[in-house]
Amino acid sequence: MSGSLGSSNPFPTIAGAATGTVTRQVGHSVPRVDGLALACGMPVYTDDLVVPGMLYGKLLRSPHAHARIVRCDTAQARALPGVHAVLTHRDLPKISYTSAGQGYPEPSPYDTFVLSDKARYVGDPIAAVAAETPELAAQACQAIEIEWELLPPLFDPLRAMDPGAPVIHDEPEARTILPVPYDPRRNLAAAVSMDHGDVDLALAGSDHVLQGEFVTQYAQHCPLEPHITIAYFEPNGRLTLRSSVQVPFHVRRIVARVLELPLKQVRVIKPRIGGGFGSKQEVLLEPVTAALALATRRPVRVELSRAEEFYASRTRHPQHLWLRCGVDDDGTITALDSKIIMNTGAYGAHALTVICNSGSKVLPMYPCDNIRFQAQAVYTNLPVGGAYRGYGATQAAFAMEVMADRMAEAIGMDPLAFRQRNHIRAGMGSPVFKHLGEGRPGAEQTIGACGLPECLTIGAQAIDYAGRRGQRGEGKVKRGLGMAVLMQGSGIPFVDLAAVTLKMNEDGSVNLLAGATDIGTGSDTMLAQIVAEVLTIDTADVLVYSSDTDLTPFDVGAYASSTTYVSGGAARKAALLVRDQVLQVAAGMSGVPATELALLDRRIVGPGVDLSLSEVATHSLYQGEMLQIGATASHTTEQSPPPFGAHFAWVEVDTETGMVRVLEYVAAVDCGVAINPALAEGQVEGAIANALSYALTEELLFDEKGRCTNPTFLHYKISSIRDMPKVKAILVPTHEPTGPFGAKSVSEIGINGALPAISNAIYDAVGVRLTRSPFTPERVLAALAAKVREADGESNPAS
Amino acid sequence: MQVRMTINGTPRTLEVEPTTTLLDALRDAGYKGVKVGCREAACGACTVLVDGKARLSCILFAAQLEGREVTTIEGLGTPDAPHPLQQAFVEVGAVQCGYCTPGTILSAKALLDGQPAPSEAEIREALDGNLCRCTGYVKMIDAVNLAASRLREEKP
Repeated sequence: MSGSLGSSNPFPTIAGAATGTVTRQVGHSVPRVDGLALACGMPVYTDDLVVPGMLYGKLLRSPHAHARIVRCDTAQARALPGVHAVLTHRDLPKISYTSAGQGYPEPSPYDTFVLSDKARYVGDPIAAVAAETPELAAQACQAIEIEWELLPPLFDPLRAMDPGAPVIHDEPEARTILPVPYDPRRNLAAAVSMDHGDVDLALAGSDHVLQGEFVTQYAQHCPLEPHITIAYFEPNGRLTLRSSVQVPFHVRRIVARVLELPLKQVRVIKPRIGGGFGSKQEVLLEPVTAALALATRRPVRVELSRAEEFYASRTRHPQHLWLRCGVDDDGTITALDSKIIMNTGAYGAHALTVICNSGSKVLPMYPCDNIRFQAQAVYTNLPVGGAYRGYGATQAAFAMEVMADRMAEAIGMDPLAFRQRNHIRAGMGSPVFKHLGEGRPGAEQTIGACGLPECLTIGAQAIDYAGRRGQRGEGKVKRGLGMAVLMQGSGIPFVDLAAVTLKMNEDGSVNLLAGATDIGTGSDTMLAQIVAEVLTIDTADVLVYSSDTDLTPFDVGAYASSTTYVSGGAARKAALLVRDQVLQVAAGMSGVPATELALLDRRIVGPGVDLSLSEVATHSLYQGEMLQIGATASHTTEQSPPPFGAHFAWVEVDTETGMVRVLEYVAAVDCGVAINPALAEGQVEGAIANALSYALTEELLFDEKGRCTNPTFLHYKISSIRDMPKVKAILVPTHEPTGPFGAKSVSEIGINGALPAISNAIYDAVGVRLTRSPFTPERVLAALAAKVREADGESNPAS
Repeated sequence: MQVRMTINGTPRTLEVEPTTTLLDALRDAGYKGVKVGCREAACGACTVLVDGKARLSCILFAAQLEGREVTTIEGLGTPDAPHPLQQAFVEVGAVQCGYCTPGTILSAKALLDGQPAPSEAEIREALDGNLCRCTGYVKMIDAVNLAASRLREEKP
């Protein structure tokens, strides 16, 4: 297979990577356990279930960015034949919550209602209907009469905290349930800061002080499967939600609370999911779908249209970043001074934790004695930010890595050498780890494994850094090469919990019940490999079911790059417990103590003992002490070991049209031991495809009334196969001592490199710094024109 | 109204409205491998083959399909007996969430039916209408190449 670990990694042996352990399942590119069902179009997604008598739900959304409902008349809509329910805020308990699907207590503000009496962005859901057909549901929405009191809208995040700015959350219910900064009267949704050392003193004494300002855009996740939820009732009256979601257990908890249902009355099933990328870490459709089902006592299905997916689901929070750096001539970084204003849109979903990550997943890269970080998230009357792969690190890595290039330039050092000199290494900690957690102080940690030196060497060689850097070429089309170094985390320390249940069947196969939520990432396969490795069986002999709040144990869900590291840890623990039970049963069968028995290649062997796994499993169920071999194990983490990456982009810039084309992209990543190399490469390659169009074309646009003007794939351009340059994902193995079989995370880190690497490559090509994303032809041309004006101004100071 | 078409080799008569899209008609008839991604001919998730050519079922009316041959992903293979493209997509890791996979495989099938040994540029052209947010497309190209070589071996 091209692009596999063996063929693309020229340095297979890396100090610290080799443990000497031979594995048969882990570390191999086992095909996905669910692959053939997906490739053959089996009916496995939310929408593929046909529930008899199902009604179609639809949301009426606000046409105004900021407006209060004065009067709402639903009589006409209710009177339409075939319309079974019309709900507004009056029909639901007035309970504020956060749609962020986070662990309890959530660090995001409780500022959201299932249906609101005040619209805070164009698209805010204000009424919901359930009808016999989708057409009828749409007709009913149109028949709802609403009289609005228009309020002045707020669109500029930099003006959000000005005195006299419109107050978006003036409702008394808006609050936080944790002692975190929150001041809705000033539109402040969240704030975090840290101050380590003496930044001002250090900057004053630095050989060079550089300051940069960066702006990132509204972007959307674009999972190919839009959000969809189907609610129906079990024969005993319990409410079941089959939903396209990354966090089924959080959905259960939140739906029960906001609809005042006993938690035990709610079941959430996650079938196969058609992509999430963070957008489905949001409890978005489940409460309103459940409310419609409860109102009608009928099954109800609500799905988002593609347009709604763009403007009314969740987005990547736009950020405005200022970064000031001090650097000495010898290459020492003396101080990092960072400020962020983040636009969280109309609601504060993930606001605090995203800005925390903008610091905690970026600033530790360059160990430095003096670090200041001040970040605020503000409300505006625009679409809502949320969790999105990269989660704040994406925006901040843009600023940090462009500034790293500028620091190198200021002291006349090659940018690669500058990073090699300054990046964090194994055995080092960072004050940032302690100061910045997820809405609380962080966890101190020391880097266990860091393959960044090798990532830099291998990546630079793979893209021919030495041969291509600084070679602009002749003519109107220039070429340039840029780079970035990256880190992320693996789960959230002291917050994430994952549990896995295993039970063994007569043939030695094992059912694996996981709350972990495979949303296309391949986590079902990865968990199966870990269990198979411990039990010396094939991955195909592990039968995975995920995830269902009735049938699987708890897991926080698919987010924060936690599944391999945390859920994988739970799977390994459970498998070890099962192995011990197998040996105990075999001891009972053979009379040889378990301590003298071993499980080797599906057989239990010891002095005079040679039993198959199947013999032991069958015996256990029907004879002797009679026992279901099985175990549930929980796992949590006190650390969040960062994966590391070095990204390189080789681009060409057309100086006449401003068009930037990426010719080649190399990402070398240290994710520890890759449990499944092909799946890990796929995570990196997919993240790059997303990141490339985020850097070059993706941007939600709004008119002067806050209406999204391009909520369609036709005008919001994501990477297609023809847009893709030559991409090379290189896995650089290390061994993370705290991870299952040495593994760290890999899912998010790959999306953080394209913005800075391409910006730095554009600079290498044409000498202009693109600091506002995406790097559209217009922005490139404007930057080139500004450079010409600057040069003219310098040559003719009188003008 | 009724419309007769051959779906995956079996003659079917579907009861549809004049405005029913082929996408909805097929899904309602149980062909859930046809996916809803955008309903505006921009993502490719609803791709099916009509008389062997890749078509977007969200912008065809079912009523237009009278007498035509329609192939959905269910017509290619099953998990027990997958088509070489389905097998190759799984083997090389070209399937992640799987939502775009049926449409993408059908586009690849239409390509390989006409061009058994496509160049990378031809693969990119044939699959350009099938958006994927998960894989980065790298392994899709590997998968089409692998399936093409196996199909050529089958029919020397």
